[in-house]
Amino acid sequence: MRRDIFQAIADPTRRAIIALIAMQAMTPNAIAENFNTTRQAVSKHLRILTECDLVKQQQQGREIYYSLEIEKMKEIDKWLDQFRKLWEARFNQLDKVLSTMKKQKK
Amino acid sequence: MTTNLQFDFDVNKATKTVTIVREFDAELSLVWDAFTKAEIIDQWIAPAPYVAKTKYANFEVGGKRFYAMIGPDGQEKWAIQKYTSITPKTNFKMYNAFADKDENPEPTGSEWDHNFSEHNGITKVTITIFNESFERMERILEGFKLGFTASLKNLEDLLATLSKR
Repeated sequence: MRRDIFQAIADPTRRAIIALIAMQAMTPNAIAENFNTTRQAVSKHLRILTECDLVKQQQQGREIYYSLEIEKMKEIDKWLDQFRKLWEARFNQLDKVLSTMKKQKK
Repeated sequence: MTTNLQFDFDVNKATKTVTIVREFDAELSLVWDAFTKAEIIDQWIAPAPYVAKTKYANFEVGGKRFYAMIGPDGQEKWAIQKYTSITPKTNFKMYNAFADKDENPEPTGSEWDHNFSEHNGITKVTITIFNESFERMERILEGFKLGFTASLKNLEDLLATLSKR
């Protein structure tokens, strides 16, 4: 099942998990130790994060390590980039207005 | 037209501040007018194909500009800007809030700070937008039909969390 990236960050525990594994790959048990919640609940959050492609799993021996997909996080940056484009469009229009004003002044 | 004009757009995730810096190839008095005279603001503030229409404006401390962004479908999105501080040709501050067509503002808005300076005929404008929530930013984008449907109230929390690490 594919999910929206913004669904992943809609939950405070999932945001905390993201912050944790952004620093280093961790096992579900190690992640669960940071929360006052069941291992099961943490597993569910990890499943949702995986479905959003925000985390990846790596098998090391018997353990599965979860780490953050940095590329996916960049989607959030792309969202912010739309604001940059909005301002760019505005200012390009303002350049033209100013150019006209300068000519009228002369 | 000079091509090497500075343009910076920065989002500070921790303080929820957006900073925009832009240089213009024009003297300060023209740029000041372009940002403070409603009839000129209307000519550039709405990204095409949207148009801006100011219903009335009063550029003085305590004064307001009541305006709409009008889409190609004719839909109007109204907002009120209240000028809170003015230092002519140097700085002005305002409070911006979305409103309905009857001028009833929404409870939350954003604070805008504009600084102007001129060097060798190039005017630099620095705009700082404080405390604008990401949810509200999202609605601005929606207004311009650029995109996302997901609620991003949570994004600001995430970004705050990430920036603390």
